[in-house]
Amino acid sequence: MDAVYQALVKIVGEDYASNRPEELFTYSKDLGTSEPKFPDYVAAPKTAEEVQKIILLANKKKVPVVPLGGGMSLAGLALPLQGGIALDLKRMDQIIELNEKARYVVVEAGISNGKLTAYLHKHYPHLMHSEPGAPPAATIGGNIAIHGQGDMAHPYGFNSDMVNGMEVVLPTGEICKFGSCSIGSGWYTLHPLPDIGLFLGWNGSTGIITKISLRLFPCKKIREMDLFVVEDEGLIPDLLYELTHVGMAEDLIAFTSAIPPFMDGVHHISMNITGDTEEEMEFKRHLLLDGKLARYIQDGTGGIGAVSQDIQRPQISKSADWKKGGGFEYVGSIMPVTAYPECYRRGAEISTRHNIPYTVLGRVIGSAHAMMFSWSYAFNRADPETVRHAREALHETDSLVLELGGTIWKPAVFGQKLMMDRMDSNTLQMMKKVKNLLDPNGIMNPGNWEVNE
Amino acid sequence: MFQLKFDETKCFACETNDCLTKCQYLKIDPDTAKIEIKKIINKKDSFVLHECVTCYACEEYCPTGNHPFYLIVQRQEELNILPLPDPLIKRGIRIGIPFRGEPDIQEIKGPALNLGVFSSLATLTRGKLFEGLTLMSADSRKMFHYFCQLMYLHFGRISVINERLEKIIETIAAHKVKEVVHFHDECYGTYTSYAPAFGFAVPFKSIHLFEYLYNRLKELKSEIKPLNFKVAYQRPCSSRLSSDKYQFVDKIFDLIGAEHVKREYVGENALCCGGTILGQKKKGSRQFSLDLQKKNIDDMQRAGAQICVFNCPACMQTIGKPVAKKGMMPVFMSDLCRLAIGEKTS
Repeated sequence: MDAVYQALVKIVGEDYASNRPEELFTYSKDLGTSEPKFPDYVAAPKTAEEVQKIILLANKKKVPVVPLGGGMSLAGLALPLQGGIALDLKRMDQIIELNEKARYVVVEAGISNGKLTAYLHKHYPHLMHSEPGAPPAATIGGNIAIHGQGDMAHPYGFNSDMVNGMEVVLPTGEICKFGSCSIGSGWYTLHPLPDIGLFLGWNGSTGIITKISLRLFPCKKIREMDLFVVEDEGLIPDLLYELTHVGMAEDLIAFTSAIPPFMDGVHHISMNITGDTEEEMEFKRHLLLDGKLARYIQDGTGGIGAVSQDIQRPQISKSADWKKGGGFEYVGSIMPVTAYPECYRRGAEISTRHNIPYTVLGRVIGSAHAMMFSWSYAFNRADPETVRHAREALHETDSLVLELGGTIWKPAVFGQKLMMDRMDSNTLQMMKKVKNLLDPNGIMNPGNWEVNE
Repeated sequence: MFQLKFDETKCFACETNDCLTKCQYLKIDPDTAKIEIKKIINKKDSFVLHECVTCYACEEYCPTGNHPFYLIVQRQEELNILPLPDPLIKRGIRIGIPFRGEPDIQEIKGPALNLGVFSSLATLTRGKLFEGLTLMSADSRKMFHYFCQLMYLHFGRISVINERLEKIIETIAAHKVKEVVHFHDECYGTYTSYAPAFGFAVPFKSIHLFEYLYNRLKELKSEIKPLNFKVAYQRPCSSRLSSDKYQFVDKIFDLIGAEHVKREYVGENALCCGGTILGQKKKGSRQFSLDLQKKNIDDMQRAGAQICVFNCPACMQTIGKPVAKKGMMPVFMSDLCRLAIGEKTS
């Protein structure tokens, strides 16, 4: 019998370890365009101690470990590029503590966004967390690890900016805590301790996040979306600047797409607004629509696109597959808001070249400090030619991101290489040192963020 | 080319100038009205062209059936005085473009039911009331082939309607229908008011939903249990194109035992839902729209309405929620009728 499999069974139990092809197949796939990559084993631990034991085993046997949550990055970030153990964290889904007055919740990293949302809705309806645009099965840990962003929370920044503390199993097996929890206090802040931010954005190649303290925010009773429409994409940066100055919207997203036809070449800004009363809602709308946007309406360059609508969540993942081919993948980037016009124009060109209707979107982060700009490419899973086109379009877009002065968000290996090729050499060397120090046997999600020179 | 059949001599001879003096949104005295009508007829700029909220009501107010509203919209386009910001017009015009294949044309024997662009309302057309009617198309991918296009009256774009309407009529006629019940006032108004006004041939007979419902309810009279609700009716703009059918609102209410509450803004004085006004260019339009909605809904509430009845999905979308927040249930007319014969509503 396979010794690694036997050891995994001993750690997590027979029901939660597998080397059967049908289960390995499930973990070999990503929802995007990545080629399948098979793990050799799958293990689903329940505790940080089980994770620790698996890591110690992997070091001993020199077997790669690839942690994953919902597996919904679309970018193949949780695919086992060099085989090994796919470490499915979804059983680690407990809510450990919720501090209402300090507005934070401590959760196990494998908890789904949907579960936390449902829990808050039921027990603390006046609190919310920043939910990503991904489907509810996406995990908190996965989204934090990729620097995700959430609906209704753009003023607060990235979801990873909302971390108050973490528990991490290091690649050598030690269980570490970071933030106020590390000195025995509550999990209420990550600061002002020495900066040890080594685990976010590394695609699980520096450690496995097992617990997270997450900031919560006031959840208002009324949540509605207003829409503003302009034809000139050049107006978008100014509009976002004006709207973030007022600061009344919980989300600002600019978007356009080739399909349906009414969207083509017309840029929509959705403004999510919340309030506890109609008066609060109208106060906010008045400042936005009658204040900052009035001049655009009166000079005819912009208009209120629709009567206010209830917000449907998740907003972003519903909109990309207009081609109805069953698949889409996108390049996300973190961009200066001023790049919106060029991002749209160049993205539409790439789409046209690959015969894919364009779908682009820029979600404001912070007070327009940046935007997450995405280019979505739809494909038909049953048609390899459309998958090839989508893949090529994605690679072209990765290059475009850097050309336009942006940073690729949750890059796959191709995008990681593009960025490392441009990276300051001292920074690159430091990344290499950090990686070697933390993961001397190179077992953690190998193939990701590997500095080769 | 389709041209508006407009007889200017009727306007010059008109003693009332009701088209403008009765307007609830522009306060115009008879002398001013006479001057402004003349300007509009003569293709001159008029403040009416800038301030019109495009509520269609002047079509109903005109005592001679001379289509003042169509003329106003035509002049707005000719003089490039557009009521909405440009991006909304561009976007709006593209809304009507079919993009998911050709319509499935099948011969329909007997009367047909046309949902126009509102395929999502197909759930409203279930039950005994609609037995015997064949739904022309409820495919959301194909609905734009049945879109009557009249919405572009709000956009100052007569030309778009005139470019596309013939094709829409051809599509409906391809089903070889003799009689078509139009679910929405807008479609009915297109084929019975707009089309003849501009010289479009319509090779099928159009039936207004309310007339159809009334006749069908009479056939099902034994199954009606009086509702005993006090109801208000939100009259849509396009009903102004078929004011002769407005009588069926009260006839239906009487038949199903609903009390049409006495209110200020009813019948000819009905107020616009404000949906279009919300997006207009004119300064303060949004606030004007909100004030209008408040005036309208307060009036319903003061009159003691328990239910607000709609026929237009756009009106429902615009004020359905505010109506509900005031404690009145928003209900489509067809659903109210289904309720009266003991069916569950959608």
